[in-house]
Amino acid sequence: MGSNMAENHPVGFQWVMEAKNRGARILHVDPRFTRTSAMADTYVPLRPGTDIAFLGGLIHHILEGEHDFRDYVLPYTNASHIIDDEVQLPDDLDGVFSGYDPGSKTYDDRSWQYAGDAPDVHAAAGDRINDLVGDDGRDPARDPDAGTPPPGADPEGGEGSAAAFEGGSIGNVGDIERDETLQHPRCVYQLLKRHYASYTPAAVASICGISEQRFLSVAEALVHNSGRERTSAIVYSVGWTQHTTGAQNIRAASIVQLLLGNVGRPGGGILALRGHASIQGSTDVPTLYDLLPGYLPMPTGDKHQDLETYAQRTTAAKGFWSLTPTYLISLLKAWWGGHATPDNDFRFDHLPRITGDHSAYQTTLDMLDGKVHGYMLFGQNPVVGSANSRLHRMALAELDWLVVRDLTMIESATFWHDGPEIDAGELVTEDIGTEVFFLPAAAHVEKDGTFTNTQRLLQWHQAAVSPKHDARSDLWFAYHLGRRIRAKLDGSITYRTRDLPLHELTWDYPVEGPHEEPDAAAVLREINGWDAEGRPLSGFSELRDDGSTACGCWIYCGSYAQGVNQTFRRTAWTEMGPAAQEWGWAWPMDRRMLYNRASADPDGRPWSERKAYIWWDEQAGRWTGLDTPDFAPEMAPHHRPEADATGIAALGGDDPFLMQADGKGWLWAPSGVVDGPLPTHYEPHESPVQNPLHGSAQANPMRQIRPHEHNPDNPSPPDPEAATYPYAATSYRIAEHHTAGGMSRFQSRLSELAKEMFVEVHPEVAAERGLTHGGWATIVSSRTAIEARVMVTERMAPLVVDGRRRHQVGLPYHWGHGGIATGDPANDLFSVVLDPNVHIQEVKAATCDILPGRRPRDHRLRELVEAHRRDPVASRRAHLADAVTADGGSPQAGKARTR
Amino acid sequence: MTHSAHASDRLNHAGGPVPGTEGTRFGFFTDTSVCIGCKACEVACKEWNQVPERTDTGFTGDSMDNTGDLGADAWRHVAFIEQPRGHDAMPRAGLGPLVGGEARSAGNGRAGLEWFGQDPGLPPGAHGAEAIPQLPIFNGEPASPAEDGFRWLMSSDVCKHCSEAACLEVCPTGAIFYTEFDTVVVQDDVCNGCGYCVTACPYGVIERRSPGQPGGGGAFKCTLCYDRMKGNQQPACAQACPTDSIQFGPLEELRARADVRAEELIGAGVPGVQLYGHDQGDGVGGNGAFFLLLDEPEVYGLPPDPVTPTRNLGEIWRWVGVAAAGVVAAAGAAVLGGDR
Repeated sequence: MGSNMAENHPVGFQWVMEAKNRGARILHVDPRFTRTSAMADTYVPLRPGTDIAFLGGLIHHILEGEHDFRDYVLPYTNASHIIDDEVQLPDDLDGVFSGYDPGSKTYDDRSWQYAGDAPDVHAAAGDRINDLVGDDGRDPARDPDAGTPPPGADPEGGEGSAAAFEGGSIGNVGDIERDETLQHPRCVYQLLKRHYASYTPAAVASICGISEQRFLSVAEALVHNSGRERTSAIVYSVGWTQHTTGAQNIRAASIVQLLLGNVGRPGGGILALRGHASIQGSTDVPTLYDLLPGYLPMPTGDKHQDLETYAQRTTAAKGFWSLTPTYLISLLKAWWGGHATPDNDFRFDHLPRITGDHSAYQTTLDMLDGKVHGYMLFGQNPVVGSANSRLHRMALAELDWLVVRDLTMIESATFWHDGPEIDAGELVTEDIGTEVFFLPAAAHVEKDGTFTNTQRLLQWHQAAVSPKHDARSDLWFAYHLGRRIRAKLDGSITYRTRDLPLHELTWDYPVEGPHEEPDAAAVLREINGWDAEGRPLSGFSELRDDGSTACGCWIYCGSYAQGVNQTFRRTAWTEMGPAAQEWGWAWPMDRRMLYNRASADPDGRPWSERKAYIWWDEQAGRWTGLDTPDFAPEMAPHHRPEADATGIAALGGDDPFLMQADGKGWLWAPSGVVDGPLPTHYEPHESPVQNPLHGSAQANPMRQIRPHEHNPDNPSPPDPEAATYPYAATSYRIAEHHTAGGMSRFQSRLSELAKEMFVEVHPEVAAERGLTHGGWATIVSSRTAIEARVMVTERMAPLVVDGRRRHQVGLPYHWGHGGIATGDPANDLFSVVLDPNVHIQEVKAATCDILPGRRPRDHRLRELVEAHRRDPVASRRAHLADAVTADGGSPQAGKARTR
Repeated sequence: MTHSAHASDRLNHAGGPVPGTEGTRFGFFTDTSVCIGCKACEVACKEWNQVPERTDTGFTGDSMDNTGDLGADAWRHVAFIEQPRGHDAMPRAGLGPLVGGEARSAGNGRAGLEWFGQDPGLPPGAHGAEAIPQLPIFNGEPASPAEDGFRWLMSSDVCKHCSEAACLEVCPTGAIFYTEFDTVVVQDDVCNGCGYCVTACPYGVIERRSPGQPGGGGAFKCTLCYDRMKGNQQPACAQACPTDSIQFGPLEELRARADVRAEELIGAGVPGVQLYGHDQGDGVGGNGAFFLLLDEPEVYGLPPDPVTPTRNLGEIWRWVGVAAAGVVAAAGAAVLGGDR
């Protein structure tokens, strides 16, 4: 679901075809019939933005029929945990969960927490900053029993002492109230049942626009193919993430998979296919503003005054996040080496602090407000690839300077003289003050390094050829930039103050060759880490919090074990076991499957012989199997922690989800997800349909809207003007091009496969709007209008929503005004509206209208957009009349080849 | 990418012909049932063979196909055929009823799984090495890619490397020849650009390249990567194909494999399965590059009954003789008559 794997991950898709050849059944659920659908055994369409309705329907089906894998669910998930007595579900509260403050549009997650004497837990990822007494909105008197002070805590409480945690998972969570019979009305299982009670097959059919039978064919397939003997895997891509409910889409899938026992077991899981190469790597060693390497939270200005406070707020009592300070101190040692000592908090104050939302979209909006002066784009083409790309062009024009490092002269480097706004007279080249520096970049075949892709697998690649002319690797640029800045600041009056973090940085990689290319392997060695004697570490269990170890990213520790580049292993698949552990290296600790303790039953035996993967070897007294066990290696299945145990020792022998504070798979998320403990169907921010499920909550109440003159909204129901933009718009990629086109549209081999931007519509839309196959269409939103060649195809299935036929308009987003294959960017049409958890844009589901003919190129473009917003009926009539007299294209008879 | 480990002692680990296989006929088996339409074959072919960009392409509207057809500047061409609902040429698309899984697992090679169940550390039967997949019945109904009968067929077309290659037979300069691997190759430096081959090819594969392009005016087509084969490499398209839709190997092995695959699909209820270019008794003596199709050849733009034009040469000459004799006789009669 939410993935067009055959087109966008064709190399990985060979394994899906291999699985199919071996008898696996491929189900594809997606708004469009794609090349993936063509290969599937079953294809089911659905309306864009209704994935949670579909997945909620699956959850409903599983629970109603008691199809859950109870022997797995009971011990390994939080199904039996009882939730706070103040919890309320959206059906009780007109579409929101308890804790919602409509004024600030925020949730307080206290009522989502576990009941009983256990302290609050925080999530292994996401929003997991523990709040302390005195923090906003935290009332220490609210529930005196909620927090059990950890051993040794100062009973007086007070900021700075361990007991300052009001709640927080610093305390052990052994005392969670549970009901193993799953009957308690506030146990997670019953809450799930209640929450999804309205997600009946009939409701799913009506919301998603399909027949009940088609929905049930998927539900039955999953249920029958899960259990002791069989497992099912779910694959998703940005078709799930790029929504205002993006994180919740994946949460919904994880509930399905946990209920069916498909997590931590061979053939199971949820596979995130990343948008392009090493995107996984760029979150592990992050380019994200709110993370440090290894998913350590970036310190914030207000909550992390010093290392101690940081440690208190980010450390869990149980599992591997209990060692957060160890990871952070080792990171600080890697960065500031001998300068980082216990006396100076290991140079914790050298880390920058977050003072607000510094995500990409906010930064772009800040440019428009004159708050950002310089910007560097490394391999990113936002004026084509980001939502509301027109807004990005307007924003970049407000900068003082812009550095673009890319393979080719992408549109983000040339917008100032050839962008569509220049044609339309909205921007004038002479008036743009942005000084643009274009620096040619080396491609992956021209440099050494690693890719970290979907399955957390690091694979080393070697330079095959040298980069031409002035092209240099990103590593070269970053290294020499740092070196030169440091040299320039040498002797400055701010040497000991502002510039000290830079001067003390360990920035001494060996270089080689005529261009002084830094040794990429030396960087990987630093990321892997070393001990006080400089010996490479073998794994993160060797990390210490006393400053004796340095490690650039704790989850990558072991990638250079024994001083050998483990990521460069290339053993043939015929020569190694089924987990393929001699190929590359997977974090953490070369585990190829996370949470694989769950592949054995609570007693440590494989669930079935077929599905054996990791099991307890009684004689050896340790876990063994086909992979590195993702568990304490010698903790017996029936181990029960001491009441005051902390860290790894606080895990039970049946706590497979060892990154979670309670060791369980979270059907219910007591914290960490800012927009609700359970995924809930909300319509997209822009939808042609009213939310039929949750009262007055039309869209996700927590979605991040960014009002701006360049970022207006298309009206949605109940606003009667929703009919202005009556079609669902969805953007996507095709096999022929790569993302925003920097790697494909500028070279002939790929450009000739798909030279022109096109729009895909069903024959009924073509009839409604007077579109000609092969001709031109103008697609309009409140942001702007773009033009595209028309592809009339039945692959864009109409969906019957609430008894009415609803259509979608398909918009591949690769094109821009530069390169060989040119066209309007689909992203011009979409608005900047974001998921609240990860700030991702909603470009998989919005609304638009479509008109025959080409768009104006001059100032009349804005007039068209305005006129359509004011009076869409007149606008449509005018365009239809024009189209009848002169179509701008060369229409061909009929539609796509249908022999 | 040959991950399915098709065993052949005439192919090396990289899928290329091993030394000493000269004299063996090599070819392609294109199994369109697993083609995902990624066009990696088109790109890999162009990149390796330095085939120029097509200048006349743009948006064709022909589904996802903007290449159009095979020619001097397109030696591989992926066809896309959308068969909407109600398409009556074929029965229901898809795999038919799934009962107990027998149909699907019939003839199901366990390629790529040799180590399952044999690893010393493995409990017996791990990963279902021996178990036959038991597919459940889904709602008691046959599931198909689209229950409304929509199909999207994709097929990578290529020169057929005919047993009786018409292009070769009509070539007046000897530029086209059979290689030691029984493939059909044009020698660019010998070709004089007469274009006889272009009209002779029953598939419309070979074409003269536009003037101005490298080798402009000469005839070009797929060489089955003759240069790569001589270097013990498999052709670029086959290597790039992620799903093994394009398979390279000794022709007889490919034919045997294709028979098994076709039976497997037919057994599973896939409609329209047929092998194309597989019959050595056909009008071109069979192809060195043959196909498994899921519909009639015409659907894919392939001629249903291709014939090498020169095949009837003897008969044509015989009739020419008869006609000439008739003309002579008539002329003689006229002359004789005129005398009278």
